Amino acid sequence: MTQPITESIKTSGADAVMKVLVAEETEFIFGYPGGAIMPVYDALYHYQDQVHHVLTRHEQGAIHAAQGYARATGKVGVVMATSGPGATNLITGIADAMIDSTPLVCITGQVASPLLGSDAFQETDIISISMPVTKWNVQVTKAEDLPGALARAFYIARSGRPGPVLVDITKDAQFEELEFAYEKCQEIRSYRPIPKLDPEQVKKAAELINNAQKPFILFGQGVILGKAEEEFKTFIEKTGIPSAWTLLGLSALPTDHELNVGMLGMHGNYGPNKLTNECDVLIAIGMRFDDRVTGNLNSYAKQAKVIHLDIDPAEINKNVKVEVPVLGDCKESLIALTKEVHMKSHAQWLERFREFDAMEREVVIDPEIKPTEGNLTMAEVVDQVTQQTQGEAILVTDVGQHQMVACRYTQFKKSKSNITSGGLGTMGFCLPAALGAKLGAPDRDVVAVIGDGGFQMTLQELGTIAQTRAAVKIIILNNSFLGMVRQWQQLFFDKRYSSTELDNPDFITIAKGYGIKGKSINERGDLAAAVEEMMAHDGSYLLEVMVGKEDNVFPMVPSGASVSDVRLS
Amino acid sequence: MEQVFTISIFTENSIGLLNRITSIFTRRHLNIESLNTSESESPGIHRFTIVVNTTEEQIKKLVLQIEKQVEVLKAVFHVDEETVFQEIALYKVSTGSISDGNLVEKLIRDNNARILSMESEFMIIEKTGHKSETQELLDFLRPYGVLEFVRSGRISVIKPMEEMKDLRKRITNF
Repeated sequence: MTQPITESIKTSGADAVMKVLVAEETEFIFGYPGGAIMPVYDALYHYQDQVHHVLTRHEQGAIHAAQGYARATGKVGVVMATSGPGATNLITGIADAMIDSTPLVCITGQVASPLLGSDAFQETDIISISMPVTKWNVQVTKAEDLPGALARAFYIARSGRPGPVLVDITKDAQFEELEFAYEKCQEIRSYRPIPKLDPEQVKKAAELINNAQKPFILFGQGVILGKAEEEFKTFIEKTGIPSAWTLLGLSALPTDHELNVGMLGMHGNYGPNKLTNECDVLIAIGMRFDDRVTGNLNSYAKQAKVIHLDIDPAEINKNVKVEVPVLGDCKESLIALTKEVHMKSHAQWLERFREFDAMEREVVIDPEIKPTEGNLTMAEVVDQVTQQTQGEAILVTDVGQHQMVACRYTQFKKSKSNITSGGLGTMGFCLPAALGAKLGAPDRDVVAVIGDGGFQMTLQELGTIAQTRAAVKIIILNNSFLGMVRQWQQLFFDKRYSSTELDNPDFITIAKGYGIKGKSINERGDLAAAVEEMMAHDGSYLLEVMVGKEDNVFPMVPSGASVSDVRLS
Repeated sequence: MEQVFTISIFTENSIGLLNRITSIFTRRHLNIESLNTSESESPGIHRFTIVVNTTEEQIKKLVLQIEKQVEVLKAVFHVDEETVFQEIALYKVSTGSISDGNLVEKLIRDNNARILSMESEFMIIEKTGHKSETQELLDFLRPYGVLEFVRSGRISVIKPMEEMKDLRKRITNF
């Protein structure tokens, strides 16, 4: 940890912002300048050797890049934008980070304090606008308040259940001088980031687990955010309990771990969905029972006693009635619980998952991964990538069919290898997030898998990728449709394809315009070589794969149906 | 089943916190029946009293979401029986229409109300009580012409001593 800066120095508010970012060990600022933040950008000029500013092509790109960075590194992502439109362009990313618990500090410029409320040029009330989608936010109008506000911002963003915070700084506060001293925030009296673990609850949970015949674990991003991957593995190995991950829990455990029974949710695996309604004890760890995981709550795991480990008291009983809540830090809770549980195996019960897995393999997985005729499938592309990268790459996805397929078929070996927009389902997330991930984890391969629809929502960030020389490998799975909406139209709206077909541009020419090499393929025979060329290329690369226009993602829990009514076709 | 709940929230005194708290209601399409804020017995700590009509299941979740806010120290909810609560109402009535002195005296006595101000054209009556009581007086005065009427938000204190002790601990022992 850096030492507090105790000796006070007379400096400007803008310079103080930069000093704080340095003290908080900020590697990158993802941002976009403008009038009301110019003093900070001027100060930034003098800190270029300590903090890298990544100039995106749109503020939405900046915030998604910061999200990708935060998810790949576990550190706080820092975003900077000007007032008005600069600030409002951050909102989608802030909302995305809020629902997916991603630590971000967003710094926005604001008109000078005497102009507040006067409809000044580029004035917007970003504090009120961002309030429901930030963990905390504050407006600073005096330079002397800046160090304290920013210290709190970093502390709040990263502690407890992480989330986005926003600090709005008026232009006069950036110019004003202050006596600067800095100390990292360690405590806020009204804020309890980590609830105290109750040993009685741990005992109760252990008793349920020890007596269970068919226990089942659902684990989410909490395991990753709590840096509890090892403790989680130890816990499941001792208890022998089959474990399924949520979309954001992906990569918290190696895919090929014998107790990993696959993905939950609407397009998750067959076994975990079916057997949710058969287990006798359901142990939820760092997950929030999203409706895409639970399907119809009235028929969700009604037979099971539910144990819920979480850091956020507001998650307990929010969607699913919990028998034993265990509040606390995931790592600490798992260590305590592991001590109390018996060494066991549930071979027969685990076998049930294997049986369902075999069915899913036969009906869905094998035909999708190894088709012998027809169009290229999304699944075979993803499978090819995961084979060639040997599960070592970071997968970044957008939202829709390609996302579900990529998350289903990618093999993960390391934690923090799956970056996707989960709760908010933000199309356009992937390309900038992949850039942020690559900058945060330069030694790892970063593969961005995107649909043709989502790619066009933030494709301007190809410019940022080119300028930063971040070697992002981009795969567009092109079906010339907004595929997931089209799938629903086919299944639930009598094939009325209302506004879902796309006439797409030549993506390779676009990439070329940005100086990014690319190739388009639509033959099965070209796939392996094309992926190999992409991965071997020194620098970013765009591979477009033409896939079946009307392929569907299965299994599927239809909207409003019970998880055990999951369909294979 | 929906019923009346009183939420008491102990907070820091910061700009925008009211907005942050009310947006938690807005998001859930819940109407706030009344709202009051003032400094509590602990200097620097503010107390919100919010009345809302909802179900027990909803109020539990709502209070947890409120308590989750960084600048909220503690949030609790109660049904009417667990609290002592009051509202204050002011009535501006035309003096001419209510000139009968006996009537005024009876009105004040029966309603435990008082006259705050007497002008040549109007008088201001004040009454504190539950909403039904201040409403009763309003209904009584209507035929005489009520020029203005205003009722405050509910303020409420918690009856159970044990609970208040726990609350105090949380609020003062940071």
